[in-house]
Amino acid sequence: MRIEVEVNGRRVGGDVEGRTLLSGFLRDTLRLTGTHVGCDTSQCGACVVHVDGVAVKSCTMLAAEADGCSISTIEGQASEDGTLNAIQQAFQDHHGLQCGFCTPGMVMSAAALLKENPKPTEAEVRHYLEGNLCRCTGYHNIVKAIMAASGQDVGAIAAE
Amino acid sequence: MYDFEFEKPGSIAEAVAALSGEDAQALGGGQTLIPTLKQRLNAPGKLVSLTGIAEMRGVCVGDGGEVIIGGATPHAVVAAGAGAYPALAALAGQIGDPAVRNRGTIGGSLANNDPAACYPAAALGSGAVIVTNAREIAADDYFQGMFTTALEEGEIITEVRFPVPQAAHYEKFVQPASRFALTGVFVARFADGVRVAVTGASEEGVFRWTDAEAALSETFAPEAIDGLNVAAEGMIGDLHGTPDYRAHLVKVITKRAVKAAQ
Repeated sequence: MRIEVEVNGRRVGGDVEGRTLLSGFLRDTLRLTGTHVGCDTSQCGACVVHVDGVAVKSCTMLAAEADGCSISTIEGQASEDGTLNAIQQAFQDHHGLQCGFCTPGMVMSAAALLKENPKPTEAEVRHYLEGNLCRCTGYHNIVKAIMAASGQDVGAIAAE
Repeated sequence: MYDFEFEKPGSIAEAVAALSGEDAQALGGGQTLIPTLKQRLNAPGKLVSLTGIAEMRGVCVGDGGEVIIGGATPHAVVAAGAGAYPALAALAGQIGDPAVRNRGTIGGSLANNDPAACYPAAALGSGAVIVTNAREIAADDYFQGMFTTALEEGEIITEVRFPVPQAAHYEKFVQPASRFALTGVFVARFADGVRVAVTGASEEGVFRWTDAEAALSETFAPEAIDGLNVAAEGMIGDLHGTPDYRAHLVKVITKRAVKAAQ
C-alpha cells in the first residue's frame, strides 16, 4: 500500500507492506539511516523518532500506522548548514557518546523530554532515559549533556 | 514477521466489520503484538488498527464521577489526563518507558491480559467496567487466567469505566529489564470495602487477595495483614524469582501499597 508522510518537514511517500516497520521504511525506503535499529525488540531505544510530536520506538510501529503523520528523525535536528542543535552540541561538548550507536535515540528522547519538561532534575533525566540503553558511557555524560542542553549548570554533576 | 493485510478503520462499526473476516486481529498500540509477530509466535492474515478511531481515544469523567478511558487511549495520555483518579494516572505513568507509553493502549493491555501487566491490576482493583462494542463486562468476570479474558472473537474494548475510590495506590516492584511488574499490587478503599488486586505473581494472572481485602476492610493499615500469608502454590517461578519469593512479595508490596494509600 501507498503511504504519505512528512519527514523532517518534507512531504514524501512510498510503498509499504503491511508488515513494514517504520524503522525499515525510514532506513530502507527513504535511506535515512541515522535512525538505528539496535535490539529490534523495543528495549534499546536506538530507533526513537518523533511521530506527531511524541517519541516512539520506530521498530515497534508499523509504517502503515504513520500514514499522514509528521515524523522527525535525527537527520532533521541540525540546521541545513550542518550547525548542530543545542542537544547535539551538548552531547559533543560533554562527551555524551563513545561508539555513537545509541546516540540518535538518545538525542530524540532528550528532545522529547525537554519539550515536556524544559528544566528537568538529574533524577528526572535518568528516569526518562530508562527506555534508552547505552553500553559505552555509563550514562553519566549523556545525563550531563542533556542537563547542559536545558541551560542548567552542570559543574556539580560528576563526570566519569 | 510474516506479511499481513493492514486496515485502519475510522469508526467502531467499521472496525467490527473488518474484524469479522477469517484470521483478522485487532491492533492497539502494538507494543506487545508487534514483538510477538516478529518472533512468528502469531501470524494473523489481517491486522485492524484501532488507533484511528477518534471516539475510542481520550479520558473524561462521567456523570457518576467515574473516570472513563477510551480503549485506544495511550498510557501517556492517561498518565497526564486522569487526574481525577491519581492512583490510576500514576500507574499509567509507570508502564514500560516513555516511548512505549506513547503507543501502548489500555484496551490492548487489557485484551492481552499479560500476567505481569499493570492495567489488569487497576481494573480488577478498582472494580472497573470493561465496555466493548457488544456489552459491559465487570472486571470480576473479565479476567479468566493468564492471557485469557471474557472477550469473544472480534470483540473490541471501546472504553473502560473506573469508579474512583476514597483512597488508592499501585505499588510496583519492577523487573528492571522488561519494566513489567515482578509483582504489583493495586489497593483501593471504597466506602463499602477494600479491594486488593495482585499482578505479576500468579500463574492464573491478576487475582484478588480476598483475605487481605477482608482484613483491610476492618482496619485500613499495613499491620492489618501481619497475620496473613499467601501460599506459594500457583505462584510464578522463573529466573527472576521463585514461587516462594513471589508469595512473600505479595504481602510486602500490599503493605507498602496500603501505607502509601493511607
